[in-house]
Amino acid sequence: MRADLKIIEQWVKPESHVLDVGCGDGTLLQHLQENKQVKGYGLEISGTNITSCIDKGVNVLEQNVDVKGLSNFEDNRFDTVIMTQALQALRQPDIMLDEMLRLGKECIVTFPNFAYWRTRFYLLRKGRMPMSKALPYTWYNTPNIHLCTFKDFEALCVQKNIHILDRTVVDKEHQDRWFIHMWPNMLGEIAIYRVTR
Amino acid sequence: MPETLPIDSVGLVTPQTLHFDQPLTLQCGKVLPEYDLVYETYGELNSTASNAILICHALSGHHHAAGYHSASEKKPGWWDSCIGPGKPIDTSRFFVVSLNNLGGCHGSTGPTSINPLTNTQYGPDFPVVTVKDWIISQARLADKLGITTWAAVIGGSLGGMQALQWSIDYPERIKNAVIIASTPKLTAQNIAFNEVARKAITSDPAFHDGRYFEHDTIPQKGLMLARMVGHITYLSDAAMGEKFGRDMRNKAFKFGYDVEFEVESYLNYQGERFSENFDANTYLLMTRALDYFDPAKEYDGLLENALKKALCKFMVISFSTDWRFSPERSEILVDELIKADKHVSYTEIDAPHGHDAFLIPTPRYMDVFSAFMNRVAKEI
Repeated sequence: MRADLKIIEQWVKPESHVLDVGCGDGTLLQHLQENKQVKGYGLEISGTNITSCIDKGVNVLEQNVDVKGLSNFEDNRFDTVIMTQALQALRQPDIMLDEMLRLGKECIVTFPNFAYWRTRFYLLRKGRMPMSKALPYTWYNTPNIHLCTFKDFEALCVQKNIHILDRTVVDKEHQDRWFIHMWPNMLGEIAIYRVTR
Repeated sequence: MPETLPIDSVGLVTPQTLHFDQPLTLQCGKVLPEYDLVYETYGELNSTASNAILICHALSGHHHAAGYHSASEKKPGWWDSCIGPGKPIDTSRFFVVSLNNLGGCHGSTGPTSINPLTNTQYGPDFPVVTVKDWIISQARLADKLGITTWAAVIGGSLGGMQALQWSIDYPERIKNAVIIASTPKLTAQNIAFNEVARKAITSDPAFHDGRYFEHDTIPQKGLMLARMVGHITYLSDAAMGEKFGRDMRNKAFKFGYDVEFEVESYLNYQGERFSENFDANTYLLMTRALDYFDPAKEYDGLLENALKKALCKFMVISFSTDWRFSPERSEILVDELIKADKHVSYTEIDAPHGHDAFLIPTPRYMDVFSAFMNRVAKEI
């Protein structure tokens, strides 16, 4: 279990209703089903991942949220809406955030922090678009079209009156280390937020 | 049959017939005093009867879903690609039941059967049966086979509608429903195609108001046309294009109306073959069953309310090039299942074959279908 998923797990209430947008191979939902008895659905576009989800006994729906959005779900349908490492790959991440908060009482989002010191240093030293374990793509083939920083995300939350319940940052191994919190925008590689209206 | 049977074939199978004396009151109000159902089974029923799978057939289908009836049979059953040892519906784990529905023309009581009250063929007097009627008859078949609960009810197209109806009408008797290339109700366009098919049959001079058997003839031309129009809707433009393109039987145009393009020849061949093996009254009846299907109707048109009764898990599969029952039709069902708070998984398989893709073992389709059936097997 990835460390960031462990952090997310702590934030999900037992027996709650969960939507995992971009659920990947269903690892998180399976874990939540088994340990927290949650009921939920995962949304995914990769065929291989969908098969993995079904194999794990996770309810998965093929849905390209970048095209279709989330309009097929009713308001307040879920307790928690989760999106791990996908926000930055969407065409309209700000509208997606609104939509996720329409469906869920709370949302948990994770994204790579573009202000991480190594990323800054990479750009500064090489003058080229940064590549790392969290951002393993070249500029022309990256799915990450809306990269942001810890500070950017918080500014968006202020602008949209989104209330931040919890936030943390982890390193590339998804480990939560104490020193990161001293300067999260510089030292955190992956940002993890729990937000509500 | 091939000289040596593939290891993933269920092999030689023999259809069986069960007679039912208990009258069946149909949705139309008429009563079938007694009837037969023809079915096949593959695999072994376990001691607790918990591994039974029901296969529901589509419009022109029947009980022969897998394996061969004899060494001389060239083609296996209609869903042999999915049923057999190691296939998604794995007969080494499951006991599979496939039947010919009431109103069919392959052994189960239908328009070609003898009406016990008149001692002549039912013909057009055979009552219109609906998906709901079929579910009741299938439940009675399950009773006779000692099956209280199906591990899964599975079907493509009209077969998927039956799986859906099962989940609503007998929620305690079905653990999983697999609904493939189907829809929760027909669109106006779907009904329109069915009407063209029916009109082709009923306007054939040999139809004689459905009493063609009394005139020792069959409305072959009408049936052929009905199948031709149907067949066009089962394939995609791309599949037809790839198979035939604009290929011609001769190089030059003949500037006439005989068959010149390969696709014309193919449709004529399919239509002819079908008209030799299928009963016209059954075709009318099956297309009507399609038109009428709408489980939401008795729930104020709210499918969500109909589905609230369901207890099973759902797997919904659609195909990208299916325009008969397009992916959007499946998504409507999925959305309602979500509203009703049901366990559901959905995937759209990228396949070029159109509606018929549900019969074709494309790799991702087989992977996802197998994964779901593995889960079904684990929960037996």
